[in-house]
This record gives sequence, C-alpha cells and structure tokens, in this order.
Amino acid sequence: MVTVAEMPAGFADKVLSAQSTFRSVMDAMARPGSVQRIHAVPGTPAPMMRGTAAIALTLFDHDTPVWLDKAMSATADVGKWLKFHTSAPVIADSAASAFALVGNPHDIPPLDRLALGSNEYPDRSTTLIMQVDSLHAGPAWELIGPGIDGAAVLQATVPANLFDRLAINAVLFPRGIDVVLVHDDAVVAIPRTTRLAAHGA
Amino acid sequence: MYVAVKGGERAIENAHRLLAHERRGDRDVPEISLSQISEQLSLGVDRVMTEGSLYDRELAALAIKQARGDLIEAIFLVRAFRATLPRFGATEPVDTGAMQVRRRISSTFKDIPGGQVLGPTFDYTHRLLDPQLAGAGSPEAPATAEPLASMPRVTDILGRDGLIEPSPETDADAPVGDLTREPLSFPADRDLRLQNLARADEGFLLALGYSTQRGYGRSHPFAGEIRFGDVEVEFYAEDAGFAVPLGAMAMSECQMVNQFKGSATEAPCFTRGYGLAFGQSERKTMSMALVDRSLRARELEEEIKAPAQDEEFVMSHSDNVQATGFVEHLKLPHYVDFQSELGLLRKLRAEFFEAASEPLKEAAE
Amino acid sequence: MNATAYNFAYLDEQTKRMIRRAILKAIAIPGYQVPFASREMPMPYGWGTGGVQVTAAILGPGDVLKVIDQGSDDTTNAISIRKFFARTAGVATTTSTGEATVIQTRHRIPEAPLHSGQVLVYQVPIPEPLRFLEPRETETRRMHALGEYGLMHVKLYEDIARFGHIATSYAYPVKVNARYVMDPSPTPKFDNPKMDDCPALQLFGAGREKRIYAIPPHTRVVSLDFEDHPFTRYRFDAPCALCGADDSYLDEIVTDDRGSRMFVCSDTDYCEGRQAAGHRGTESAAPHKESAHG
Repeated sequence: MVTVAEMPAGFADKVLSAQSTFRSVMDAMARPGSVQRIHAVPGTPAPMMRGTAAIALTLFDHDTPVWLDKAMSATADVGKWLKFHTSAPVIADSAASAFALVGNPHDIPPLDRLALGSNEYPDRSTTLIMQVDSLHAGPAWELIGPGIDGAAVLQATVPANLFDRLAINAVLFPRGIDVVLVHDDAVVAIPRTTRLAAHGA
Repeated sequence: MYVAVKGGERAIENAHRLLAHERRGDRDVPEISLSQISEQLSLGVDRVMTEGSLYDRELAALAIKQARGDLIEAIFLVRAFRATLPRFGATEPVDTGAMQVRRRISSTFKDIPGGQVLGPTFDYTHRLLDPQLAGAGSPEAPATAEPLASMPRVTDILGRDGLIEPSPETDADAPVGDLTREPLSFPADRDLRLQNLARADEGFLLALGYSTQRGYGRSHPFAGEIRFGDVEVEFYAEDAGFAVPLGAMAMSECQMVNQFKGSATEAPCFTRGYGLAFGQSERKTMSMALVDRSLRARELEEEIKAPAQDEEFVMSHSDNVQATGFVEHLKLPHYVDFQSELGLLRKLRAEFFEAASEPLKEAAE
Repeated sequence: MNATAYNFAYLDEQTKRMIRRAILKAIAIPGYQVPFASREMPMPYGWGTGGVQVTAAILGPGDVLKVIDQGSDDTTNAISIRKFFARTAGVATTTSTGEATVIQTRHRIPEAPLHSGQVLVYQVPIPEPLRFLEPRETETRRMHALGEYGLMHVKLYEDIARFGHIATSYAYPVKVNARYVMDPSPTPKFDNPKMDDCPALQLFGAGREKRIYAIPPHTRVVSLDFEDHPFTRYRFDAPCALCGADDSYLDEIVTDDRGSRMFVCSDTDYCEGRQAAGHRGTESAAPHKESAHG
C-alpha cells in the first residue's frame, strides 16, 4: 500500500512540464510513426512508464474518465496516483473512457469496446495509450497517411495483429481510435488516419 | 516614392493614453468613486453583474467606470476577469421562496398571502424630469413596515391545486450544465438554456419577449409573480458534511404563468416560464421568463415557427459580448480579402462590358 | 480585487488541458471541427480569441512567435496580440517567417515556404464552411457526418451560372484528406494551394464559435472546383512596386484621389527580405522600420 506521503511525485514544474510534454505528444500526433521524446520527469507508480505518467499529468483531469487494463490495475497504485495528481475518474466501462491506459499490449480490449465517437462527434472517442517494450527495435511497419511525407517506418514491439485490429479505423472513419505508444520517455502516435502501406513491410 | 505605414505600436499606446484622458473628462470635475457608482447607478451595476455573470458590486462598479459607462464593455471586462477565477464548486440552489422580500407583486390575484409589496419601483412614477435631482439633495427616509413572516410563491399556491405544471424534477446526481465550461451542442437542455438567458443581453431578450406578445410564438403569459430581495447562498462543504452559509445576494425572480398544456391522459394545467437575475433586474427577468417559456416549445410539443421558440437562433445570438465582438471586428483591416473581391469584381465587370459591346455574339458563358 | 497574477501564457492549466485535448483530436481527424469550451479572453470575440487560445495552449518558453494580420507584422491587431504573448509568456517574438516556430495569422499564409519545425495558427471567424448555405448547426453537423456536400457544389455551380465564375474569392472551401470540407479562414484563395502538403502543422481556432480544427503536415488539401471550371488563384498582374516580386499576393494602395494606385506585397516580411537582398521595384525605398517590435 502506498500512502499519500509515499506517492510518487507529479511534475516539479506543472506549467512548463505540461507544455513541453504536450508539444511532444502534439508532434507525435501530427507526425504519425515518428518517435518523439518527453523531457519532463515525473514520479511513476509501477507499472507506469515515465512517458505515460507525463502524458497523464498533461492531459487528464476530472473531465476525462480513464480506463485501466489489468496490468495497470493490478495494484491500486496507478489508480490512486491518477486520482491524487489528476483527479481523473477511473472507470470500469471502457466505452465511456476518454483515455485507456494499457500496460500489457497483448491484452488490449476489443477496440469496439472503447468509445469510437459518433459520425457527428467523432472526437468523443477514446485515446488508447499503450506501453510497449521498444520503439526502436522489433518488426518494421511502413505507415502512410496525413502527417507523413510519403511513408514512415516504425520499428516497434507492438502486437503482430495491432494494425489488423486498427483496420477498424479505415472502415469507421471519421469514427475511430487514436493510439499513443509509449516506451520509457519515447512516444509514437498512430491516429485513426494512419494506414499500413499496401505492400506491407 | 512610397513608404509603408509603420509605427502601430506607438499609435496603440497613444490611443490608450487618449482614452484614459477622455475617461477622466474635465479634471475640474471631481472624479467619480466606485461607491458612488455602486450606490447611485445601482441598476447599471445590477445589469453588469447579471450579464457579466459575477456577483461583485465593487468589480462591476469598477468595470462601469473603466468602460466610461458603456455597459456592454463593462460586462465584457467582468466576464474576462471571471474567466480567470478558480472555481471551488457549485452552491446549493438558492431558495427564492425564503427570500427577504423588498418588492413582490402578482398580476394574477388581487391579493395574495404576504400581500403585494410595491417596493422601490419606477412603475407608477410619472416620467417627468425632476429638476431637483440636478442638484444635491437628501430624499425623505423611506416608510417602514413590519416585515411579513411568510410570502409563499404564487406558483406554489397554484401548484397545490395542480393548476400549474410542477417544476421539473431535477436529478440531484446529474451534473449542473455550464456553458462556460463545456461546448454547447443542440438540442440544449433547460439548465443550459436558462444559463444562456441569464447571461443574455437584456435588450435582445426584451425584443424577443416582446415579439412573443405580438404573436411570434404567443404563449399567453400572466406575471404570476415578480419578487426582488435577498436570498441566502449556501455551499455544501464535503469536509464538514453540511451546507455552509456564504452570505446573501440580492436577486430578482419572475415566474410567468402561461397557457395550458394537457392531453387525453393529462389534465390541462398552466405552464411556466422562469427568469432570475442578480440585483433588481426586473425587465431582464420578465423578458427571460417569456423567452424561457417560448424555448420550451419542443418539450411542450408546440409548433416551432417564431424566432423566440428557436433555441439555436436564440442561444447563438443572445450573448452581447460575442455579438459586439463580431460586429465590431469589421473595424479590423480586411483589405486582403477586399482586394481578392475587387479583383473578381473587376474581372466580372470587364466580361460584362465585353459581352455588352458585342451584341451579335451570344454570351459565351 | 487583484487581477494581476495570471498564469504563463494567460490561460489557467485546466483550460489549457481542455484545449490541448481538442487539438490532439483535431489533428487525428483532419478538417473536422472539434467543439471546445472557448474561454472569455481579455480581447473581443472576433479579434482572434480562438487563435490566441490555441497559441496560448501550445506556446512554450523556447518558442519564437510571429503574429501577422493581413500578411503584415505591423497592423495594430497583430501588434496587440504579439505584445500580449510577449507580456504573458515572455516568449521571443520575430517578424521573420523563417525564424518563427509559431506563427499566428489572420487572413494570410506567409509567402515563404513553411518548414516542419513550425506551427501555423489561424484566427477563424466562422469555422463552418456550410454556414452561409445552412445557418443551423444541427443541419451542418449532419452534413459533415454524412460527408454530404452537395449543397456546397450547388452554390459554387450557381455562381458559375450567374457570373461565369465561382464568385468566392476568399475563405474558399477546401476538402481535407478527401473527407471533410473545411473553411480555410478568410484567406484569399491565392493562399489555398499553400495548405496542400504543407510541411508545417496548421491549427485553426475559432473562439466565438468554439471550434478547433487542424491540418496535419503533408496532408492533401484540395480547393473545391469543377472539371470545366478548375480552381484558379487570383493575383493582380503586376510586380510588387517595392521589391519587384511577381509571385506574391499584392495589396492595392490608393495613392491619390485621381485614380492612382500602386501594388505592393501584402507579406511585409517577404517584401522586406527581398529588398534587403537587393531586389527593387518601381517605387523602391526601404520602409523605415520601427526600432523595436516589442
């Protein structure tokens, strides 16, 4: 058990750390497949990585219900830390979540159990934040779409079927799921417009 | 030789200096104080607090002084300040039934429990300019009477017999809508509509309310009750576990009683329109109540055919800070777009005259 | 009654979080207008409050900010907004398009090509491209949901029937990533092609209308047109009288009351840069520069 006194810290400088973290995430979202670094160093409750923690401190608050996967909710630490530092409600219903935190990328829920938005309000959708083992080694994926000049190659240890599952984004657009991959201080975004290049990689 | 215009920064600074100078006016005339504004231009202060959405007489007075008496500008100043304030939560709903009444009238009954209380009103003043007010003077002390213990609301009296629809039940657990914190989408529920109307420009609501009386979405209103006085404000403190009194606010409330609803399964009853504002803002609350009732057209299954019934039209255009900003933004330079229009217009005119000068040739395009 | 202790870049952190979340969704859904709870800013609605809120949400101490209105760094509103951020965020400001990391603009896209390290923030008065055809938000939202843009094509076609041309010369609608029809803000249609495949991120903020939208870098942006009436740019056919440029959008300056006119670059930084590099037009004279830009 963790008491408030033992709780891992938030940002030392809330304002500027949130700003720089946001810019990294914004650049990642604007340039899918590119690896962006997060410079802020918050405390982290296990098994949260520092990139994930920084994103949470930057984007979460009482207006953003958060869903945790089994790995993230294995102990109460992550939930308590989120509640203490961000006031974000941790909810059981993934379909109502603004953010879903996934600690085990091999155990993500079916994407249609997340909020996909509506055709009128496609922005009312879950952003899936997934921790992975590497964002520089592993299989290579060739990505195309808005934000990418030609094609981008992402080397990452993501589940082999991730992009198959994300094909739902092409079918449902403008509804869809936006994914942010995190490893340590590195982030890569795969917004709903990103596709695997047709010939594979 | 042409020299491009520069020096805007100095021009802005000089304009601000000149504005401050004009605001002060003739320096031989004593400067107006905030307490003078608050005490002697009190209805202007009430309006700025209401539409500025911030109950603070001193700030409203400051805003009026800074805005040189331009109330919309003053409302804007208060709103911009309000947007920077931290918020601790929402108060408990105020109980206007328990209001310390300074004025209270009903047009629906000759007499009512608690009586008709005229209070401070222009209503029966003859609108003759009073030359005595041009100088200093001390008016007579007001007449006093024993305060009446109980002043039940007229709508509650009607409600006891089921003659008026009950106030809609509110779900205590449902979050209170706040259009300053969430983007508005349509259709909007009544909580958001009332918030929008409470912040709305008095003149806009006055005109809309008036239009309903003249047949544009008529709802056959009676002024069930208008009351003005002081209400207690309480805040539920989670730590303490009970509601803590924060103080009292002067407020005006208008409850309109409107023509019936009813169906084969539901007995006919009067319907409600509601208005609430800070301070003594009677015209505002009456207009608000008329428009609130009109905007309930969808819920009451009335045909929507008049502007005052159209929530998207009303809510999108009621805010005078938004409206004045966009109307006045036409002052900003638009010469880039104008140039583009000029180019197109010249081209269209050249083609027109070319076609006109060749009457034998059919207009090709 | 103390109102002086404002946060970095003015907005409070809760507001910034809300705007930042909207920006991320806007980037993920190019051309879609994300509703956001626009705040009351200390400047009037219609004067750039949307752009200012977007800029305030992204700006950091390391940024270099440029603000233009009508292409010029020296129009009063551009000066006013630049001073606002210099004061509330302490950021460096510049008039140089190349040096800026964040450029807030009203009505123009700079002439110099933008690069990947930049964000262009547009001030938007009416974000809904269908608004003048259909005033109801409920209706236009449905049209976007269905990708049903026939009304827009009918309007453009009626122009052709009436005038022989598409009679829209600014705020000319575009289609983003082959899905959303989007208002580019009231830029002259001359600027439309610059939005296509642009290396910089483009963000659009509409404060009064409470919408944020975006075009990610390298995104397809196509101006609406017809096969037999293709989109064309408009530019007055003359070189700039100051720098001789024949590729820039020009302001028409009325020089007397007898019909004399001259044409000069609307993008003042572009024009001054060319003059500094030795380019000359018929009326050349280096415009006298104000000593400091705040």
